[in-house]
This record gives sequence, structure tokens and C-alpha cells, in this order.
Amino acid sequence: MAFAAWETLADNCKTMEISSRYRRLATRGKIIQAIRAFLSRQGFIEVQTPLMTHAPAPESSIEAFPVSQGRGRPDLFLIPSPELNLKRLLAEGFDRIFQLGPVFRQKERGRHHLPEFTMLEWYRIGADYYSLMSDCEALIETAACAAGWKGHSVVYRDRKIDISSPFPRLTVKEAFEKYAGWTPGPKPDLDRFNEDMITKIEPNLSHDKPVFLMDYPASCASLSRLKPSDPTVAERVELYAGDLELANGFSELTDPREQGDRFRREAQRRSTQGLNAYPWPEKFLSSLERLPECAGMALGIDRLVMLLTNTPDIDDVVAFPPEEG
Amino acid sequence: MYDSSDLRKGLKIILDGEPYIITDFQFSKPGKGQALYKCKLKNMITNYTMDRTYRSGDKFEPADLDEVHMQYLYKDSEGFHFMNTSTYDQVALSRDQVGETKNFLQENMEVDILFFQGTPIDISLPIFVELEVVESAPGIRGDTASGATKSVTLETGYELQVPLFIKEGEILKIDTRTGEYVERVKK
Repeated sequence: MAFAAWETLADNCKTMEISSRYRRLATRGKIIQAIRAFLSRQGFIEVQTPLMTHAPAPESSIEAFPVSQGRGRPDLFLIPSPELNLKRLLAEGFDRIFQLGPVFRQKERGRHHLPEFTMLEWYRIGADYYSLMSDCEALIETAACAAGWKGHSVVYRDRKIDISSPFPRLTVKEAFEKYAGWTPGPKPDLDRFNEDMITKIEPNLSHDKPVFLMDYPASCASLSRLKPSDPTVAERVELYAGDLELANGFSELTDPREQGDRFRREAQRRSTQGLNAYPWPEKFLSSLERLPECAGMALGIDRLVMLLTNTPDIDDVVAFPPEEG
Repeated sequence: MYDSSDLRKGLKIILDGEPYIITDFQFSKPGKGQALYKCKLKNMITNYTMDRTYRSGDKFEPADLDEVHMQYLYKDSEGFHFMNTSTYDQVALSRDQVGETKNFLQENMEVDILFFQGTPIDISLPIFVELEVVESAPGIRGDTASGATKSVTLETGYELQVPLFIKEGEILKIDTRTGEYVERVKK
């Protein structure tokens, strides 16, 4: 009898483990459904652009996975983001679009990183990064409801986070002066900027409310427009909640010449770092001629699910981590 | 060579000529920024631990360590001597290197010796060893409360607490991870 009792207990423990995994994956599904419904109510069209591309954006900090097409044909690349494809659609005349699906980045693996992860990107024409921030506020609230949270707050890692709008907004300059004790100019030393961002800014940003960090140094945004009233900063915004960096967006750069110059600088940086050169994104750059003013945001779905299911490890919000896939 | 994207818990690398093992690892990357790799490292010779942060593009030399199955022979003023039973090669580890492990080392015992560039640096024992009690204080009469213990000395000189019923000459199973008594072995 005693042994049978132990066996039942062990079974129960196993069931509990399965049920929390079941709950997280089921909630993930509900969050995604709610986001799709929310965006479609706002007049956004869901599009599916190709997951393979000839020419990913030349960025020195993002590494695309090559895909072989067989002998004699050039490699394709899995998209690290659908950004270039979506902007090409905007240039054709689409005005509100989103894509929700997998994106791929080499060498990114940690408690908050998977080499294959799920990204939501949405774009609006005639808008700037301020509209994106309002979109984020409404979207987080919708997703939290879908995940079963009530009363405009969620609990993440033993901390109550109030998600009622508006979220506080802090410029990068203010954040560095407050938490790192220095003022980054338009072209800060990138190593120092990055290291302080990770060690001094991010851990202090968001404790009881999500926070928008905005107006990045001009050199830290390869695809965003500079602020017309202060060209030392770019109109780029990131959303943080708890210790999670949830989303990144811009008022988009629409000047093909300026974009070409920036890509050349990034391509140069890639070559100095010994990284391979990507084919030149000709189609994207020529489409910029017709790109109207617009703004777009990329939000990491896995991290949003972490926040809304109170799960500190990204491996626990996907069906299988990559090592077991 | 490893580069920083190879870093992970358990990886062994050489820093300043000495082998280190990564005991804790955290990957951080700000959006559109370079990755940082925060590591806790333990020196595999001195056990000294330290924190280091690496950037993408940093390179590391792998620490090649071999674990060799060997037999413990004897100790003398030089230290503890072991023999590879297939090649008959012998090596010695110092008292410092062997440390607390000496409490469980018995002649002819099979152990694993860790080598770094040909030099033995560490020893790992089986989880359980069986050792004889050579000295035991008699149990205190009348003390029958459950959980009561007394002190005994094993053949290696190691002293530990055991239940009152243990007698001199008996063989005990010891957990080498904790140094604690597990059970009496009937021979």
C-alpha cells in the first residue's frame, strides 16, 4: 500500500508538471489569437511574406542563417525579421499590415533568446513612433486579458506589474544620465554603450510598469528616421517589461540614399568583424523610392508569453527548445 | 578555437595558461546591439572562481582534459601514487591536490584522475566506498533514543558519526560526496 501511495504521488507530480506546460502552451495560443483579432479589428491585414530571402539587411549585430539551394546556386537566408519584405508591400500601397511568424538569428541562445523565435511586426503608413507606443499599450492589455489577467496588472517573477496605459516614457539620454552617470552623444562608443545598456540600464528600467525607452543615438538605428527636431537622435523606441525587452520600433527611414549609406556603413562593419557579406538588398532599396511615411514595430511573442504566464525561461514557452527540436 | 558564441555552462577553456570551467553562463543582447556573454569561471587547479564578461568575436583556447581510470597504490612523503592499469604508468598527486579525498582512499581503489596537458590536476572517487571501522568508542549504555550517534575512526584515519550499533571491524558504506555514513555492509 505504501508503495502504491508513493506511485500515486509521483504520478500527481508528473501531472502537475504536464499541466503547467499545458497551461503555458494553451495560453500562448490564446494570446496569439487575441493579437490577430485585435490587429484585424484595427484594420490591419495579415500578410505572409517569404521566410527565405536573397538579401537580408546588412546589420553587424544580426547574423542570418544561410540555406543551401544546392550546387551552383547562391545561398538563400532565413529572414532575421520580415522588415524589408513588409516595407516593400507598404511601398506598393498597403497601408496597415502585420506578419506574425518565425524569424531566425544565428548565435542567439540564452534565457531570453532562441535562434528561432516568433515575431510580430506591424506597420502603419502616415504614422510615427508615437502611434506605435499607443498600439503597444493597447496590445499588451488585450494580450493580458487573453492570458486571464484581470485588473490591469500581471505578476512576473514575484513582482506586480501595472499594465494600465499610458506606460512611462524615458529617453535614452535620460536613462543613461540617471542609471549610468554619463550622456551618450549621437555617436557613442558602442562597446561602452552596449555594456552599460545591459548592465546598468536594462536591470533598472521597468519594475512596476512597462517602460518605453526612446530616442536612441543617431548611430544606433540603421533603419529608423532621425528626429526632425533633434537629428542627434533616431526616432526609435523599445518596450521593456520586467527584465524583458519586448519590442523595438521606429519611425521608418524612407530616404533611399540615406538608407544605402547606412547599409554601406553596416556592411563595412561586418567586414571589419570578419563576417560574411550579404548580397546587396537592391529590391528593398529601390522600393524605398515609393515608401510613404510610416512606422513599424517588432514584438517578440515568446517573451510576451513569458511575461503573461510568469515564466522566466524562454525554453518553457515553446513546444520544444531548439536542442530538442 | 572557440568563439564567444560557443560559450556555455560546462565548457572548459584556457585562460592565462590554466584550465577553467564555466560554472554559470548568461547570454545578453540588447536589441540591435552586440551580444555580451557573462561567465562565472572556476580554475580547475586552484578552484578559484571569478566573473568575466566577453563580447562577440572573442576567441578562446579549448582546455583539453583527459580523464584516466587509475588505481591508487600508496602514499609517501611525495604524495599519493596512482597507476594506469593498462599502461602501468604511474603518477603522483600532492596532498593539496588530493585534499579531503584522502579520507576515502583505500589501496587498490579504482579512481579517475584528470590530466591537463599531461599533468594530473584532480581526482574523482566512486560515489560510494566501503571502509573498515578500526576504532570505535563503546555505545553509552541506556542511550537508546533513535538517531543517537557515536564517533568511529575508519581505516583511512577518517572520523565520522555513525549509529550506536556499529562495532569495530565492521565495513561501512560511505557517500564520498557528503562524507556521511550510508549503511553497514554485511560481508
